[in-house]
Amino acid sequence: MNKNITQSKGHFMTALSRLFRKKIAVVCIAILIIIYFSGIFAFLIAPYEYTAQDYSNIKKPPSIEHWMGTDRAGRDVFSRVLWGVQNTVIITFVAILTGSIFIGVGLGLISGYRGGRVDSLIMRIGEISSSFPDILLVIILAATLRPRILGFIRYLEDAYNINGLVKTGIVDYLVISLALVSFGWIGTARLMRAQVLSIKQNQYIDSAKSIGASTSRILFLHLMPNAISPLVVSITMGMGALVGTEIILSWLGLGVQPPRPSLGRMLLEGGSISVLREEPWLLIGPGIVVFLLIICWNLLGDSLSDVLNPRTR
Amino acid sequence: MWKYIVGRLVWIPFLLIAVAFITFILGRFGPGDPVEVMMGTKYNPVVAERIRSEMGLDKPVMVQFYKYIQSASKGDFGESFRFRGRSVSSLIAPKMIVSAKLSLVALLISISIGLPLGFYIAHKQGTWIDPLIVSFSVFFMSIPIMITIPFLLWIGCLKTNLVPCSGWGGIFDSRIIIPALAMGIPGVAGMLRIMRATTLDVLGQDYIRTAQSKGLHYFTVSTRHVFRNSIIPIVTILAFSLAGLLGGAFITETIMGIPGIGRFSVESIFNRDYPVIMAITLIGATAFVIANLMADISYSIIDPRIRYK
Repeated sequence: MNKNITQSKGHFMTALSRLFRKKIAVVCIAILIIIYFSGIFAFLIAPYEYTAQDYSNIKKPPSIEHWMGTDRAGRDVFSRVLWGVQNTVIITFVAILTGSIFIGVGLGLISGYRGGRVDSLIMRIGEISSSFPDILLVIILAATLRPRILGFIRYLEDAYNINGLVKTGIVDYLVISLALVSFGWIGTARLMRAQVLSIKQNQYIDSAKSIGASTSRILFLHLMPNAISPLVVSITMGMGALVGTEIILSWLGLGVQPPRPSLGRMLLEGGSISVLREEPWLLIGPGIVVFLLIICWNLLGDSLSDVLNPRTR
Repeated sequence: MWKYIVGRLVWIPFLLIAVAFITFILGRFGPGDPVEVMMGTKYNPVVAERIRSEMGLDKPVMVQFYKYIQSASKGDFGESFRFRGRSVSSLIAPKMIVSAKLSLVALLISISIGLPLGFYIAHKQGTWIDPLIVSFSVFFMSIPIMITIPFLLWIGCLKTNLVPCSGWGGIFDSRIIIPALAMGIPGVAGMLRIMRATTLDVLGQDYIRTAQSKGLHYFTVSTRHVFRNSIIPIVTILAFSLAGLLGGAFITETIMGIPGIGRFSVESIFNRDYPVIMAITLIGATAFVIANLMADISYSIIDPRIRYK
């Protein structure tokens, strides 16, 4: 073998370097990292508590002390946006990890690889949950699950003597994530199944089988890596929609409950005519953050699909 | 082909029964006792018991469900918990018409902006116009509707006084402008993309080159050959676009005070008016399932290469 042949960089690295050549993608990644980090570390970054009221500073426009102004109770809008971002970030991440990645990919792999009865069962269940008008299902679930989950958490608190579990907002997180997961898994499951069905035909799967590779080895070492590109694209594109749905839920009052701030509720409060007339910054601050969050996921998804999808390249 | 269609049609009732069952169970085990909701502050245990047995709410859940399916299949969705004495159908029918009008206008806006633009930028592939317009459409798609509406209100109602701030007066009323724009603009991106993709597909076909090489005028080729062929696949996604408008309808109708089905279903969910929620979910699911089937069938009619088993 000639040692001078340069080693190819591999599919992942070529895709990554192609992605970093796109200016929009780089900007979006940077903005997303900033928003996500400042949300996760809201307790370090936020200059004020989200409930801290300052009655000498009511309805003040943005200033050096209050970057996004203050609301009608004298609370710092910037701090509340940071905490709101934290809620959105946690919920959407939990939903995408459990729904799209864990359940969706898992069921898609099984259904495509096994075929037969298991396949039709999973796909039938998927068909049922996708025939709901999805946003309606999410709203119904969020509305009906809350008391049940609240009861369950209260029971846990009593049974194991854990205090303040309800106060952490875990009920809200569970309710919204469950509601979002309910339809979030179908898309990735179908995608994964289609991928597996076509990859399964390849000779390397047969040869892996013939040398006695176990099912899990074939699934995770041979099938998964080859099916991952469209998955990454669809999940990135789905994130924007997921963030949007979470905000719709909290806008309707079904998301994170006050006094914990949520972006949807802030948009609701900032969007009324009287507020628009007098304190437009109540809408502008949260609005820009929400918009950046959604557009960056969408644009990143676009760039990724350009990079990873050989057909459009 | 026929076997496939019949198979799908046979499966539809089962699908809808499953949807109904899930909603039914969620309603029965969700918060709030329907009888309490009905009686409000005038709650009286004796009367409540009587109403329960009158409505069959004291029977086992499966029996109740069976009864519900029986009457729902005949188009009778029962009586509203909230508005006593009103049948669900009479409550939601007028609201559905309002929402349908609003969605149609919104869809028309998406189509009339998205299709020509998509067709245009497909011809400009490789120049800076193409990615610029695609990015712009993503820009407009990414603004959540609860920001678009206040913004439009601020321009159209607060600053310039062009249109009233809220209300509903049918299709030919100036009050439809803001909600329809807010719901229609995010849809432009989807239309534009599909139109661009199908146009590019058609532009690469041999018959386009033939038409050009036999000396037909550029305009003739692009209207008679390209446009007519690239518009076909759009027909199949129209039904889904209408379904997609539902998400925006919840918020738009609530903000703008439009008496449509989106606002009513949110109200019903908060009022625990389960018969209404059931009916809306079932009607929505039926429409969606049928649209899905029609889309699949029209795919194979339009493109004979697609065959279903």
